[in-house]
Amino acid sequence: MAIRSFFLFILFFSSSLSPVFSLYEDQVGLMDWHQQYIGKVKQAVFSSQRAGRKRVVVSTEENVIASLDLRHGEIFWRHLLGADDVIDGIDIGLGKYVITLSSGGSILRSWNLPDGQMVWESSLQGPKLSKSFLLVPTNLKFDKDNVLVVFSNGRLHAISCIDGEVLWKKDFEAESFEVQQVIQPPGSDLIYVVGFAASYQFEMYQINAKNGELLKHESASFSSGFSGEVSLVSTETVVALDSTGSILLTISFQDGKISSQQTPISNLVEDSLGLAVIIPSSVSGIFAIKTDAVTVFIRVIGEGKLEVVEKTTHEIAVSDALSISEDQQAFALIQHASSEIHLTVKLAHDWDGNLLKESVKMDWQRGLVHKVFINNYIRTDRSYGFRVLIVMEDHSLLLLQQGEIVWSREDGLASIIDVTTSELPVERNGVSVAKVEHNLFEWLKGHMLKLKGTLMLASPEDMAAIQSMRLKSSEKSKMTRDHNGFRKLLIVLTRAGKLFALHTGDGRIVWSHLLRSLHKSEACQSPIGLNLYQWQVPHHHAMDENPSVLVVSRCGPSSDTPGVLSFVDTYTGKELSSLSLDHAVVQVIPLPYTDSTEQRLHLLINADKHAHLYPKTSEALSIFKREFLNIYWYSVEDQNGIIKGHALKCKCTGEVADEFCFDTRDLWSVVFPSESEKIVATVTRKLNEVVHTQAKVVADQDVMYKYISRNLLFVATVAPKGSGEIGSVTPEESWLVAYLIDTVTGRILHRVTHHGSQGPVHAVFSENWVVYHYFNLRAHRYEMSVIEIYDQSRADNKDVWKLVLGKHNLTSPISLFSRPEVITKSQSYFFTHSLKAIAVTSTAKGITSKQLLLGTIGDQVLALDKRFLDPRRTVNPTQAEKEEGIIPLTDSLPIIPQSYVTHALRVEGLRGIITVPAKLESTTLVFAHGVDLFFTQLAPSRTYDSLTEDFSYALLLITIVALVAAIFVTWRLSERKELQEKWR
Amino acid sequence: MAAVTPLLLLLLLSSAPSFSSGSRNAYNINGRVKIPQGLGTKGYALPGRMSNVKVLLNGGQNITFLRPDGYFSFHNIPAGTHLIEVSAIGYFFSPVRVDVSARNPGKVQAALTENRKGLSELVLEPLREEQYYEIREPFSIMSLLKSPMGLMVGFMLAVAFLMPKLVENMDPEEMRRAQEEMRSQGVPSLSSLLPGGARN
Repeated sequence: MAIRSFFLFILFFSSSLSPVFSLYEDQVGLMDWHQQYIGKVKQAVFSSQRAGRKRVVVSTEENVIASLDLRHGEIFWRHLLGADDVIDGIDIGLGKYVITLSSGGSILRSWNLPDGQMVWESSLQGPKLSKSFLLVPTNLKFDKDNVLVVFSNGRLHAISCIDGEVLWKKDFEAESFEVQQVIQPPGSDLIYVVGFAASYQFEMYQINAKNGELLKHESASFSSGFSGEVSLVSTETVVALDSTGSILLTISFQDGKISSQQTPISNLVEDSLGLAVIIPSSVSGIFAIKTDAVTVFIRVIGEGKLEVVEKTTHEIAVSDALSISEDQQAFALIQHASSEIHLTVKLAHDWDGNLLKESVKMDWQRGLVHKVFINNYIRTDRSYGFRVLIVMEDHSLLLLQQGEIVWSREDGLASIIDVTTSELPVERNGVSVAKVEHNLFEWLKGHMLKLKGTLMLASPEDMAAIQSMRLKSSEKSKMTRDHNGFRKLLIVLTRAGKLFALHTGDGRIVWSHLLRSLHKSEACQSPIGLNLYQWQVPHHHAMDENPSVLVVSRCGPSSDTPGVLSFVDTYTGKELSSLSLDHAVVQVIPLPYTDSTEQRLHLLINADKHAHLYPKTSEALSIFKREFLNIYWYSVEDQNGIIKGHALKCKCTGEVADEFCFDTRDLWSVVFPSESEKIVATVTRKLNEVVHTQAKVVADQDVMYKYISRNLLFVATVAPKGSGEIGSVTPEESWLVAYLIDTVTGRILHRVTHHGSQGPVHAVFSENWVVYHYFNLRAHRYEMSVIEIYDQSRADNKDVWKLVLGKHNLTSPISLFSRPEVITKSQSYFFTHSLKAIAVTSTAKGITSKQLLLGTIGDQVLALDKRFLDPRRTVNPTQAEKEEGIIPLTDSLPIIPQSYVTHALRVEGLRGIITVPAKLESTTLVFAHGVDLFFTQLAPSRTYDSLTEDFSYALLLITIVALVAAIFVTWRLSERKELQEKWR
Repeated sequence: MAAVTPLLLLLLLSSAPSFSSGSRNAYNINGRVKIPQGLGTKGYALPGRMSNVKVLLNGGQNITFLRPDGYFSFHNIPAGTHLIEVSAIGYFFSPVRVDVSARNPGKVQAALTENRKGLSELVLEPLREEQYYEIREPFSIMSLLKSPMGLMVGFMLAVAFLMPKLVENMDPEEMRRAQEEMRSQGVPSLSSLLPGGARN
């Protein structure tokens, strides 16, 4: 019996141990979710197509162009341009082509509006850098062909809208000429190019739009100079500020004659305003100037006379002009008032008459309105209705119509800076009651459907019903902790300074919070969020406390600006407190110690290399003092090519006594020769990684000991010449050196040079191995290498007799000065794709085998078994090695399409992959983010510790029934036989 | 695992030169991506629909898209050796090594890096289709029997019905001996083991 069950056990496992992550098509969406975003909208153009669905085309700061459904805000199509391919302007030509100008005005593309197919692409070159402008005149025709006017790189182009061919071009090569505006007055064949030369001369060029001929060139000098931008108030008048920012210059160039008028701002506004800037707007006759506190709208009344129409201290946003009829222009204005925003639509020539005035309730978590785009439609009673698209401070996009928010998109999630996770609350009585199946009939119906599905008897409609039932399963999106640890909160920090909590079950936003500490203020001019840390993870003592995260940010782009800390409760999203620091934050070191309330101790290193301890409590200080001598860290100065090790010295010897501040000392430094090596990548092990065992049993019953140290640092350097792009160097002058450095002693444990290779290097460190990806110039292919490091000092302890007799060296003292006896093994393989990110799966106990997660250039995530990157692979493994699971060596790593964890989806603009262990040992949670978000569960060795989703319960039931029936039948037979026996 | 069929069709080469010189040591790379029609009916990028295909130069330094006819171009590329990758959901493309030579502009030098096959014209084709999902096997008795449960039932049935047959085929003398042995030892029969069998 025992043998039989063992046999079955083996059978069971051998059938399920297949190394590939794979998914059936109907399992999509069961454990994974995918969300598509576009980023903060820069420019929006409404399609004026009469027929079909209403759409709006947007360009964003993430270099996305997208066509959105105006009714629901869904994406029709979307393209992510390259990182350097910043979009300068978009417009719609001929009603059916989306025209984009990008890369500093050097690439012009046209896309088909309905489906997003690129129609043509042209490259525009020019003599020098300049601002770029894209104009799509509606009535400028050239042999029945509509013409686009593009000014870029100091050259004016006229381009055919149909095929992108350049019809004519005109250079503006004057050395100091800086273009400010390109104007094409509607109904004429002229193009005006206006700008400044040598910062005090106003230049105007009049050009024939038909052939690019220069008709007129006028210039006028202004002794006071110019500052900032110019605003176009009519087709032949611009307004500029002088270099002091206190005098407004109204320059008109009617009929090619330049005339100007100077108006000091103080004449218009009584109280002094300080330095003003012009807010560019395209509304004719009106422009706005803004100072720190006030925004002033000024109207131009003929002949350069100015008149103030409105002065407001509220935060304000103005849209571009929208022409609603032959001679009427409308624009939208949004003002903030406590919890509402006021939307007014006005006519350009009539400030006081409002076409529309609405108030909309606005969640203050969205912050201020940054941009407004206006569009009109004709109501059933033939009057004009207006809808506006607004972009908020948190990068979200909203459509307002008839005083209501029609839809909103959380596009802040397209620019995630950092991610951490948090547990959900424990299920308590009364907190959450599992919903009992409300109806017995429904329940039965559901199970009948499922049974039909398993027996393949279901019709397509039934299949759809089953699928939606599986997807809607309330179990995975509950707001409480589960014992498999699948339900968690993903806390993400976005570039807008907003914190979101996403539920891992279905990806919905549980809460979001615009950090007040990341709000622009007097003390903090341009705050940027840097990192997220787990501040408090209650599990043992402080069960009643809510977990919280620490958000580290700083007040400016340079690293010596003061830092800001804020603490956010992860259950509620409330900001518990925030601290404005008086020192900078260069490095944050979470220490492996917690106080009695489970607050983690953090050490913040400032620019002067002082260490500050947080939290600032006496308890934390006493814990810290105990471990004072055990704290080491390192810093990488990649500009100078130096890696330094540090330790604590003593209390700060500054002017102010601060017992939480410590002086530091340098322990060691590794200096890379700047003429031959440049640091391109450094990577260490994850702090919270768990290693199950140090021993690794290899073939023929031998044991190897992994060298497991938290203080190992992998550094990759390349030749300075080879740090550029692929193809910029020859293999002879490029090399890549990989180091393994102990960060406590500074000792280099291993060093290997790859000749003829170059970066970019992507690396991941786990347990005792590091895997890195780089480019091999000789083969002209990407390569991945693995280095495994083993401890040799314990290799002799394998002899049991030595252990018994006490002749082992386990108790011998370990000295920092002795060279650790380590050996390394390494191997390299070709890999097909470029990488964007690399990560490794992590599980709760570290028993499950590992998989590498490779974010490929095609924005997919590929799972690759670590066994493919095993330096012990040989071409012909012996029988013993085969049994151990060593795969025969091949020169390149296999790409199995079924092992793409993102299956047929793309995580557009992939930037990072995060893995979090679930409580179930076999499973790891994977979160990939970029412009899109993707989340899934992964079981690198299959789910060996729980039944899978597709486990057939029906079959189990049938088997049990069959067995019971068989027992009864055999019992009957046996009874009858016994009776016969007795009769005999 | 779905069998992958390598499709290495050589296509009619188009006439346009693949490289054309630009200004000041900057060159243009022009090429074409061709996804064979008909074969891609099962794929996820529908045949002919090229709008989601991206062409990447040097690991994403430049990104461009395809025109409706499959042509693409990179502008202002310095001379040197470059790498072109094609990203298309549902297809596997080999990266292509492209040499842009400063000495004789217009010379074609391109090779697939996966199999070192030279290309006389920069026409990129998928090496194979990629199937991202496992195919669900249709319901069959065999799969039911092959599953652990089926094996268990099968094994039990075999024991219940074949064992007596085996016993029957035994030598009658040996059989008698064995029965006697059993009787003397008093091996409990199945019916006496079960609670209902205890009454006799």
